[in-house]
Amino acid sequence: MAKFTLPINSIVKKGTTFNADDAETKANRKLRVDVYRYNPDTNSNPYVDTYILDKDKFGPMALDVLMYIKNNVDPTLTFRRSCREGICGSCSMNINGTNTLACILNISDEDKLKIYPLPHMPVIKDLVPDLSNFYKQYESIKPWLINDKKPEREHHQSQEDRSKLDGLFECVLCACCSTSCPSYWWNSDKYLGPASLLHAYRWIIDSRDDAKKERLSNLEDKFKLFRCHTIMNCTKTCPKSLNPAKAISHIKKMLATDK
Amino acid sequence: MINPNRPTSPHLQIYKPQLTSVLSISHRITGVILSLTSMMIPLSLVIISLGSEYHAFLVKFFSNFFVKLLLVGAIFTLIYHLCNGIRHLFWDYGYGLSLEKSYLSGYLVILISLITTLSSVLIIFRN
Repeated sequence: MAKFTLPINSIVKKGTTFNADDAETKANRKLRVDVYRYNPDTNSNPYVDTYILDKDKFGPMALDVLMYIKNNVDPTLTFRRSCREGICGSCSMNINGTNTLACILNISDEDKLKIYPLPHMPVIKDLVPDLSNFYKQYESIKPWLINDKKPEREHHQSQEDRSKLDGLFECVLCACCSTSCPSYWWNSDKYLGPASLLHAYRWIIDSRDDAKKERLSNLEDKFKLFRCHTIMNCTKTCPKSLNPAKAISHIKKMLATDK
Repeated sequence: MINPNRPTSPHLQIYKPQLTSVLSISHRITGVILSLTSMMIPLSLVIISLGSEYHAFLVKFFSNFFVKLLLVGAIFTLIYHLCNGIRHLFWDYGYGLSLEKSYLSGYLVILISLITTLSSVLIIFRN
């Protein structure tokens, strides 16, 4: 049975407020940022710190805000980031209620931000969740080409076959979709989640791959695939505008029609 | 060292309700309600078959304002679950899975359910 409330050690407490604006901050340039904090070195619960900032002091993206806080206000703030252009998938987090990549979210029109780690994940520190289970599930769908034939050169593929992979190969595995899915929240131990299933579909329909049957039969399971109830939170939240719900639906259809 | 006591990040508490997820959970809730209200139909038939005085009781029962209100709720539940069920069938056939079409069909389901419920209000509360 799914547990809809947070365990006692995870209940979020109130934290400290940092006023990092000054007299020169114009009223309409003030930004109030609430950030989820958790320090594993203490025995205390997670808490939410508040930072009052001046928007003129940093760039337009949510990641700029976090970098500004870390560099100028509170160096203990911990989060993942790398490419700052939406291609590495490191800075995925929950901002103002939906999952996204902080680096490609423009916040210049906001006056309030609520920043939390990806939902329903074990938290290592602050905004850094433990993604081990997510990666293990990705590994379980064998995300590589399975083909015993040894062509002299590359495996050839028609342009038409190649175009089938559009909208799938762009996934950067940021885990925004999986952690937006209520089904994944309640069953992440058995349900693979939208990201891994999107990748599973990407290999199932690859014309160069020979293991379509094995891939499909691996997914024919009450939990692994069929815990998807087409809620569509995944597609709604994907920062790369991909459609995992559609990919999953197509796998289900393949299993149902034997095609 | 791995901390075995890692907290779980907030989920339902912070995730903004989306049209997609709200319609999905409503489909479940209406399904549960339907399994209960659908019992009213065979029950009413059994009561009617017992004779005219029982039938008169039933008529009186359904003329009660609050029972009428419940009836309107039951009709909304039925129509919503039916329309959203058809939406799900389209999805299962692989149609209308884009975000735009899902939103369009979602709003359509709400619209149809509301119109049907409103017209049922006119009929149920006509006198």
